[in-house]
Amino acid sequence: MLRSRHLLGIADLDAEEIQRILDTAEAMKEIAARPIKKVPTLRGRTVVNLFFEPSTRTRMSFEVAEKRLSADTLSIAVATSSVTKGETLLDTVRNLEAMAPDMIVMRHASSGAPHLLARLCRSAIINAGDGMHEHPTQALLDAFTIRAHKKRLDGLKVSIVGDLMHSRVLRSNIQLLNKMGAEVWACGPSTLMPTDLARFGVRPTTSIDEAVDQADVVMMLRIQHERMHGHFIPSTREYFSLFGLTPERLRRAKDDVIIMHPGPMNRGVEIDSEVADGPYSVILEQVSNGVAVRMAVLYLLAGQEAEAD
Amino acid sequence: MPQVMDADRMGRALTRIAHEILERNRGTSELALVGIRTRGVPLARRIAHSLRDINGEEVPTGALDITLYRDDLMRQPVGPQPVVRRTEVPFSIDDKRILLVDDVLYTGRTIRAALDALIDFGRPRAIQLIVLVDRGHRELPIKADYVGKNLPTSPKQSVQVRLQEIDGADEVVINDPEGV
Repeated sequence: MLRSRHLLGIADLDAEEIQRILDTAEAMKEIAARPIKKVPTLRGRTVVNLFFEPSTRTRMSFEVAEKRLSADTLSIAVATSSVTKGETLLDTVRNLEAMAPDMIVMRHASSGAPHLLARLCRSAIINAGDGMHEHPTQALLDAFTIRAHKKRLDGLKVSIVGDLMHSRVLRSNIQLLNKMGAEVWACGPSTLMPTDLARFGVRPTTSIDEAVDQADVVMMLRIQHERMHGHFIPSTREYFSLFGLTPERLRRAKDDVIIMHPGPMNRGVEIDSEVADGPYSVILEQVSNGVAVRMAVLYLLAGQEAEAD
Repeated sequence: MPQVMDADRMGRALTRIAHEILERNRGTSELALVGIRTRGVPLARRIAHSLRDINGEEVPTGALDITLYRDDLMRQPVGPQPVVRRTEVPFSIDDKRILLVDDVLYTGRTIRAALDALIDFGRPRAIQLIVLVDRGHRELPIKADYVGKNLPTSPKQSVQVRLQEIDGADEVVINDPEGV
């Protein structure tokens, strides 16, 4: 019962739709435990995975999800495509559309790129990360993982720590967690703190101790060197000493805290190995839950296709 | 809403089916019950209960959601996707005799989907079909092995099975299109 036939961002979803996606993902999760991990639901549908930015986890996760639903999948890595020969985004996608895909899963370095395509193309568009804007399926799988451990989202203290400025994971998570009634804290160095965070219903802080204190969930974000075209932090070692999640800092959190990370992790920069591999870490669960959540999104959107936007 | 089966008759029909299962399979070894969501699941549990009352043995019971196997899923021009619920088959079905349970047998399309879904879990020795009501009008070559009640209907009518566990009462009713 999604209202849109695209998934462009958490911004377009309401609490009921989020609930629906998470509930559907519960049913999808069981398929991974079967001897034959495949259902015929999307037989004959074509899904194109169009990744203009490097990605291992997200692209693999979508591919596995599509294959488990029996869709035909086509993954295009931009390094080997005509984009390097100077083709525009719209031309690339129009040429793909001539082959009649039903859905396009896309990642792009520019914020808003999937929104542009959703207006100009016939296919349903799923945003797999656009610039510093949104990464909706990551926020959904994070919520799914939190719900699996805490049985709820509302009233939880969720602290997101790290490179806030460049993080689409943060922007999608803030919106989702707010819609579901969680209390969101955002912690990072002031140079990486977007202005006006409080306006989005977030409690900003530059103290990791304050952020971790009595937290139910601590979500660590990667320092995104590739997006830093300036000097935001003096050194990774100084960053770790001020913002790295260590076992000592974690003691302030609740006894049943869970530690999350969207990956890829920089051990020794934002997170201590002992924490990343420790008993509170659910980082690998996030990866397997990602497949179930993406199956749910593909399934729910497939029913909306024929509907006019 | 004319009632065609009340709680007593439903209970007796299920008990009779349990006896038929034992007679036909010569006991309960290698049997397993799988209910089709939604109302096949409580029916499967009740039959498991009756089997235990009769010969004291526990028959493993599972739940199957066939939504992802439906043949009309991607053909609807417009409309929301049906809700998918969890499938729970917490035992191996290899070489078992599977008793598939549903409330109403009508076109046979649900059973077709359920057979496909089951076979993805393994290779049972046999699959037998139990339905509380067979209302006719098959569109596929499918036949039930155990039937609670044969109910001649017109395709315009709708048959509703209501169960204590889900609907708060045990009964089967027929609705005429005008009466709805």
